[in-house]
Amino acid sequence: MDTQQILINLAAILAGAAPLIFATMGETITERAGVVNLSLDGKMLLSAMTGFAVGVHTQNVLLGFVAAAGVGMLVALVLCFVSLGLRLSQTAVGFVLALLCTDLSSFLGNSYVRVPGVAVPAMPIPVLQDLPILGKILFQHDLLIYASFLLVPLVWWFLFRTRAGLTLRALGERPTTAYARGVPVLPLQLFYVLLGGALVGIAGAAYTLDLKQGWSYRHIAGTGWIALAIVIFGGWNPWRVAFGCYLFGALQIFATRSQNLLPNIPTQIFQVAPFALMILILVLVNAGSNPTLQRWIEQLPAPLSKPVQQVLARLNTAAPAALGQPFRRP
Amino acid sequence: MDVQIRNLTKTFGSLRANDAISLSFAAGNIHGILGENGAGKSTLMKLLAGFLQRDSGEVLLDGQPASLHNPAASLAAGVGMVHQDPMDVPAFSALENFFCASPRSALPSLAVARQRLTQLNQQFGFTVAPDQPLARLTVGQRQQLEIMRLLACGVKVLILDEPTTGITAAQKTALFAALRRLTAQGETVLFVSHKLDEVADLCQTVSILRSGRVVGAQLPMPQPQAELLKLMFGQAGAPAPPRQAAAPPAPASAVPVWQLHQITVREGALSVPNLTLSLPRGCVVGLCGLDGSGQQLLLRLLAGRLHPERGRLLLHGTDVTRAPYRAFRAAGVEYLPADRMHDGVIGAMTLTEHLLLTSEQHGLIINRADARTQAETAIAAYNIKATPDTPLVSLSGGNQQRAMLALLSAECTGLLFDQPTRSLDVVSARAIWQRLLHRRAAGTTIVFASADFDELLAYSDLLLVFFAGRVSRLLPCPTMTAARLAELIGGVGFAEVAAHGG
Repeated sequence: MDTQQILINLAAILAGAAPLIFATMGETITERAGVVNLSLDGKMLLSAMTGFAVGVHTQNVLLGFVAAAGVGMLVALVLCFVSLGLRLSQTAVGFVLALLCTDLSSFLGNSYVRVPGVAVPAMPIPVLQDLPILGKILFQHDLLIYASFLLVPLVWWFLFRTRAGLTLRALGERPTTAYARGVPVLPLQLFYVLLGGALVGIAGAAYTLDLKQGWSYRHIAGTGWIALAIVIFGGWNPWRVAFGCYLFGALQIFATRSQNLLPNIPTQIFQVAPFALMILILVLVNAGSNPTLQRWIEQLPAPLSKPVQQVLARLNTAAPAALGQPFRRP
Repeated sequence: MDVQIRNLTKTFGSLRANDAISLSFAAGNIHGILGENGAGKSTLMKLLAGFLQRDSGEVLLDGQPASLHNPAASLAAGVGMVHQDPMDVPAFSALENFFCASPRSALPSLAVARQRLTQLNQQFGFTVAPDQPLARLTVGQRQQLEIMRLLACGVKVLILDEPTTGITAAQKTALFAALRRLTAQGETVLFVSHKLDEVADLCQTVSILRSGRVVGAQLPMPQPQAELLKLMFGQAGAPAPPRQAAAPPAPASAVPVWQLHQITVREGALSVPNLTLSLPRGCVVGLCGLDGSGQQLLLRLLAGRLHPERGRLLLHGTDVTRAPYRAFRAAGVEYLPADRMHDGVIGAMTLTEHLLLTSEQHGLIINRADARTQAETAIAAYNIKATPDTPLVSLSGGNQQRAMLALLSAECTGLLFDQPTRSLDVVSARAIWQRLLHRRAAGTTIVFASADFDELLAYSDLLLVFFAGRVSRLLPCPTMTAARLAELIGGVGFAEVAAHGG
């Protein structure tokens, strides 16, 4: 692989992970506010399809994205009504919504399969695109990809550097405390879940209106689930979550490229490998808190077990303490 | 700010937690609110703080009707409350907690918040480092942080609900000094407690609630203690429990229940090193010390829930150092954790079902009728206010605790109890201890951890004091006084009683 090829691959990783970035940032915000939105996968599919369809009919990319974000918010609203309003299980509702939206997208989107649509126009940034190395990796994409670069620091800054972000995190940690301090818990949770839903919607449309440039159920299905896993792997921290997204992107690119190098191995293995690897990484990252794994690590020779333990302890992060528990006004 | 409460009523289901309460509190004073557990003190305070919503009645602040329909409204009106379990966010740092959800006008930025926190710390002699994670602060420091936060938010009426539970003597002194200083600045302080001496020490007036009603309204302090007790508990009265007669010493030949040889236990950062002890049959051993000084470690070690790093543990003379938990249970050791609902019982299940779970069952099909009979017997024997089919979660604390006792096997020889009477009122606590002493008389050794000096002194035969990871030798209880115990817990003169000089 020559340098040129490496640069192209790196650029492809950054671009390919953009929808995941949108989806995971949306879910990070949602879960930091204390709500688990398991419907991620189905929601992405449905908004991907809707965004594409609206794009086809209006010939307007922006409207496609607006529609996709709208669908994401609508699904999030259903989740909020059932889980925050009626206080039913977020897990069950999210799961059912995921299945429902998946089937809905494949049913409603049937006539849009292999139809040419609109796409986000490429927009290399003048001057910067000519930078050596960085220019090719970072600055020869389109607006959506640039937005994904900016979204990560923006979400981090919001969560950890602003007053509103602190309140948002308090909702996920201990909503009763937030309530006792005069925060309107449920309206705020609703707001952030809708915001997260909109981002997930944009993530869906990012596939159909940008990366894949066309609607096909099979190309997107499953990424929502991996996004959920990445949020956990990233410890609900935007930087680490973003790292997980790019890692997964890299694994996918690596798998496709190795396919050509090792033609004897069935292609399915390469398609599945990134998911399996992600699970392995998840296990390792959370090993710090698992007593069984701890015991295994202790069995390692001393010079090895100490640093391993330290690394794992550092990687280990706690979920928002009230994640998934509906708030009940005392 | 003057507070006037008129005919405030709050019901939970059929329970009238507050029944037409009328009280008034003048500005610039510390007002005590006394009452036993369940008298309605906390409910009343939560109504003022907007944390709960009243059913009827009204509250006037400085003569103006105040809505107080949610915490935001109460805070805006200048009423703030420090809850018994401080309402903060364990995952945040002290400064983040201080800043979180504060009004923008009070603390425009994190930098200002930091300044203000440092300044308030100095002003009151509090010791909350801004960048400490909250999880590392003691309950006392968390409470200090809450007080400072409310003051920074401009609160004019400060409510403290049982603020002296779980804090050190030094923190209590600092707290009381701070409260006095606040009233000098014109703040109104409402001090909720069930401890008479504290109210006598601190308050200018005292109001007493019993069963949701006012039985004494803003009486000027001092009041004779007997009078207050009568108001709190009714005619029966309930002074501090008398000390129990010591257990007859076990014959020297008898094998102790537990023997510890140079045992070190560790969990996380906390460790208790080099412990050598022998706990005889048929006695009550009280474990005291500040929260998290290692009492729970010892209890769980004795229960077989935690294995020692080093040393040897004998149970009835048998080496159980590495034995599994069930070996301890088979040898008659029972462990009742502090958090009943979380670790002790399964809230949604009934007493009958609990008996089915704990008893030996043979065959595939459970014998419901038999368990029901057992449950009925237990209910009668332990005076549990429940039916065999009541889910335990819906029982009161005292009844839950009695239900847990009823589940213990009759043959148990060692009983480990973490906070046996925490959050129970005097009458319920006494009933529990009556049962426990009954078991002691039958030869059971009871080891319990408690934060309540009265309880420790009244019921223990022997005491173990924990201080900063060190443990005293077994101290005979009859020669101990509350004052001395308080000193030891704080480390004063600990070397004299330390087992091996550390």
